Amino acid sequence: MKTIRIIARLDIKGPNLVKGIHLEGLRVLGKPENFAKYYYECGADELIYQDVVASLYDRNSLKDIISKTAKEISIPLTVGGGLRSIEDIDLVLRAGADKVSINTAALKNPEIIKVASRKFGSSTILIAIEAIKQANGSYLAFTDNGRQYTGIEVIEWAKKVEEYGAGEIILTSVDNEGTGLGFDIELTRAVSESVSIPVIAHGGAGKIEHIIEIIKNGKADAVAVASILHYNSIKKLIQNMENRTEGNVEFLNHGRNFSKIESTDIEKIKENLIKNSIECRI
Amino acid sequence: MLILKIMNLNNEIVIIDYKLGNLFSIYEACLKVGLKPIISSDIKIIKKANAIILPGVGAFGDAMINLKRLDLISLIREFVESGKPIMGICLGMQILFEESEEFGVNKGLGILKGNITKFPSERDGIKIKIPQVGWNKIQKPKGSDWSLTPLMNINPGSFMYFVHSFYANPSNHEDILTLTSYYDITYASSVFRKNIFACQFHPEKSAAEGLKIYLNYKKQLSK
Repeated sequence: MKTIRIIARLDIKGPNLVKGIHLEGLRVLGKPENFAKYYYECGADELIYQDVVASLYDRNSLKDIISKTAKEISIPLTVGGGLRSIEDIDLVLRAGADKVSINTAALKNPEIIKVASRKFGSSTILIAIEAIKQANGSYLAFTDNGRQYTGIEVIEWAKKVEEYGAGEIILTSVDNEGTGLGFDIELTRAVSESVSIPVIAHGGAGKIEHIIEIIKNGKADAVAVASILHYNSIKKLIQNMENRTEGNVEFLNHGRNFSKIESTDIEKIKENLIKNSIECRI
Repeated sequence: MLILKIMNLNNEIVIIDYKLGNLFSIYEACLKVGLKPIISSDIKIIKKANAIILPGVGAFGDAMINLKRLDLISLIREFVESGKPIMGICLGMQILFEESEEFGVNKGLGILKGNITKFPSERDGIKIKIPQVGWNKIQKPKGSDWSLTPLMNINPGSFMYFVHSFYANPSNHEDILTLTSYYDITYASSVFRKNIFACQFHPEKSAAEGLKIYLNYKKQLSK
């Protein structure tokens, strides 16, 4: 038996949980630790914290959020965003993360994958790949939330990170991220079939059918979802107004939703996986 | 004051820090169930422990090198021989066995009979994803009794969190406490023998069911 993991991904900016589209245009949703605890209680298989503007802010607020969260939840927590060195990785692991995800630092210097996987164990080191489809149909890996061009082909890069000792790949389709239009099946399948390590599909879930599709046709080993969960959770979580007055809160205060996204929750996602003969933890 | 001190010593458990892997979640799980964990590689502290946890993430060979460097190999063997409880987790389960084929053959602690092998890369033309990362069920082998073990109130078929590429083949089948199947490979996902409990999965990352295992472990230590 192999089970599929449903991972709640939380994008963090400073002290806030945020959500954007194509990794841009961030909106404040609330306190990440509250959402994390809620998703844990709802049956999320893992959590991912992604510090979306890591390079611009100081690290202490992220460290605090990790520690608070790790004490509350007993499922794996992956932290990514702006980790540039072995010392950075060590810092977030000591704060309570179980795994880290690296993108920019690995593309700049792939040797960090070897060193980090040797030091912390392969299973601790995840490589985040931000893929953008090119006019010729190929996919290239980008850094800095899809802003920075590297010219590196995604499949080749995926094979290389596996060879260098990465434990898993978090594959984001920047084109689809936050749109609710579905995952990039072609991309996910191509990467999943070219490596032996698990591939976590991320970017584009707008309804439960998209999740089923990316597992069945895209061969995803795990699925990371964000928007599709967050908007339902806001209604259920009593948010402290004072804690979300920072940043772009216009959207929150008006309680608007994305028209393309059909909000759901983890229980419903898993019920549907079982109905579709996909094994998962319930 | 004296009584208080003796009470504090109860349930004192040392998480052996041999500089491999992250001990945060094990430490937190111990605290949550009321154990008094100490993270240490100090021989004097480990000798005095009521129980030890042997954790571990990473490579088998590195684990043995680190244990040797810290002079902990014979100490752990003696601790087990003394009859005091030991809990091995993940790589900490694997190194209790005799040897592993990870990066050539490496000798383990040899406390349990058997060896460690890697998941095959494919089975019947189907590529197997390695490592296994995620949740899987623990099942009760025929004739196995969980009632006096840390799994006493856990239901067979419960989900636990796994991260591994290698698994144990215990020579003594009666040591096998749970079986788990990854694709169609069925292997020993935990073992139990006298004062030894060791699991391939991570109870500390296995949500409420996993924390129950820590709680059961604590209850058994208190007896």
